[in-house]
Amino acid sequence: MEERTLTCIGCPMGCQVSVQMDAGKILSVTGNTCPRGDAYAREEVTAPARTVTSTIPVTGGGRKVRIPCKTASDVPKQKIFEVMAQIHKAGAKAPVRRGDVLIRNVAGTGVDVIATGDVL
Amino acid sequence: MKTVDIVIIGGGPAGLAAALSARKAGIKNLLIIERDDELGGILNQCIHNGFGLHTFHEELTGPEYAGRFIDQVKEAGIPYLLNTMVLVISRPGAADGVRHIITATNRTDGLFQIGARAVILAMGCRERPRGALNVPGYRPAGIFSAGTAQRLVNVEGYMPGHEVVILGSGDIGLIMARRMTLEGAKVKVVAELMPYSGGLKRNIVQCLDDFGIPLKLSHTVVNIEGKERVQAVTIAQVGADRRPIPGTEERYTCDTLLLSVGLIPENELSRAAGIEINGVTNGPVVNESLETSEEGVFACGNVLHVHDLVDNVSEEASRAGTNAARFVARASGKTTPPGAPETRTGAGEIKAQTETGEIQIRTGNGVRYTVPSFVNPERLDGNLIIRFRVGAIYKDSSVVVRLGGERLRALKKKIIAPGEMEQVIITKDELLQHENADSIEISIEENSAAQAAQSR
Repeated sequence: MEERTLTCIGCPMGCQVSVQMDAGKILSVTGNTCPRGDAYAREEVTAPARTVTSTIPVTGGGRKVRIPCKTASDVPKQKIFEVMAQIHKAGAKAPVRRGDVLIRNVAGTGVDVIATGDVL
Repeated sequence: MKTVDIVIIGGGPAGLAAALSARKAGIKNLLIIERDDELGGILNQCIHNGFGLHTFHEELTGPEYAGRFIDQVKEAGIPYLLNTMVLVISRPGAADGVRHIITATNRTDGLFQIGARAVILAMGCRERPRGALNVPGYRPAGIFSAGTAQRLVNVEGYMPGHEVVILGSGDIGLIMARRMTLEGAKVKVVAELMPYSGGLKRNIVQCLDDFGIPLKLSHTVVNIEGKERVQAVTIAQVGADRRPIPGTEERYTCDTLLLSVGLIPENELSRAAGIEINGVTNGPVVNESLETSEEGVFACGNVLHVHDLVDNVSEEASRAGTNAARFVARASGKTTPPGAPETRTGAGEIKAQTETGEIQIRTGNGVRYTVPSFVNPERLDGNLIIRFRVGAIYKDSSVVVRLGGERLRALKKKIIAPGEMEQVIITKDELLQHENADSIEISIEENSAAQAAQSR
């Protein structure tokens, strides 16, 4: 059996929630003071995911040299640096509009990196 | 001289939302003045997500949140000037309802003036610099405010350094800890003077814990080494008096020190216009309509008080826009009656009952400030929203609202923290029912005390 402790992000309380696990199965969640803590902890230990945001160099945009971007949805947390490595190699050419796909299927996650701003 | 109904100073989230709501309230002739070369304000460099959960019910990045408002402003055909700096707000009198003259400058028009029937202040805030901290040590390159570093990385595409120490755990500092890490820098430590972080819990987990960056509470920088470039930073633990404890020093080699040590509303224009400033928020003293001590001048967003969520800025600004529109409509309907109070002048203490029917909003135990500072129930359109911050962390406590000394209600809270703005809502009916009340008080009670008071 293993135990993992994490800080709940549901509210400023920041409860220290412990998850007791056995062979990847959640046995119990303790330390939370509300149901949000329970749900957060279960997701966080089984499939933690994050949206990655960054910028990509853009040419032809005059004074604007970077286009902000994000993964269109959450990607697995352990893939963050692989996603960043691909973002670091990417480039774009104006015009770019909000929502335009800049990288398809980034780091094999099945998620696209899209522009979050406009460089026209 | 060109004359408009409402001039909005600042084209960030506050200015955009204020302009949209003024337009919705029927004002056709309005103008946004922005000093940068694009609308959107600081949101343009806040490329991280977490914006808009309240306003749009989805999680957006800063540029996306700004983009949605900019689209609406353009669709509505609201005029705006970019690269234009307002220098002075002056008051020539109220000829033709033009109460204020805005003097501004830009490269194409030079120096020019615009008459305004109402003005909305939406200039935002700026970061507290190193000079305000008295940090000992040399003055080498490599010391940046966190927001400056954010602009360098996200907009200009420059990395300010490779090995980083961050002083202050405000949200921008936390966000930059993650951003620098993702860009390949090593963030060695975040030091926070206070025994708690001023940042959102979510940011502490997702920006520090996710990357194993230590947060040292009750710590501050006691030395900066390096003559040309930062070479090392020494931090030390502080006691309850916030002074460094000898023997607790730790030295970190680094080439960069980021400061995330607070934001200051940018009120040079307001001060020069003689507008009364609240000493706690550094923003204008306002009434329920978000109107300042200068009649017809409204304030919203971070120039009024520093917010932690842009959604709250948008909501507040749209109230300011509606109220400014009502002011213009009222003023154009009639001229100022003779003998009517001109403005609430006089700096210093906020006077209760400065106008008939005005109720002062007082800060009780634990509450640092409230916005607004007073209310005239008759002018109130809908319910009264009072926003406030506490001065320390309170667990299992109650927010107690008193109206004219009478306990109106107590709202139980598991936690109230200085980093998260709180609000209470008092209905117009409640205010009208207590028509003799001369004050509202917001205070924090520990729950044992609150229960005792209730059972009495």
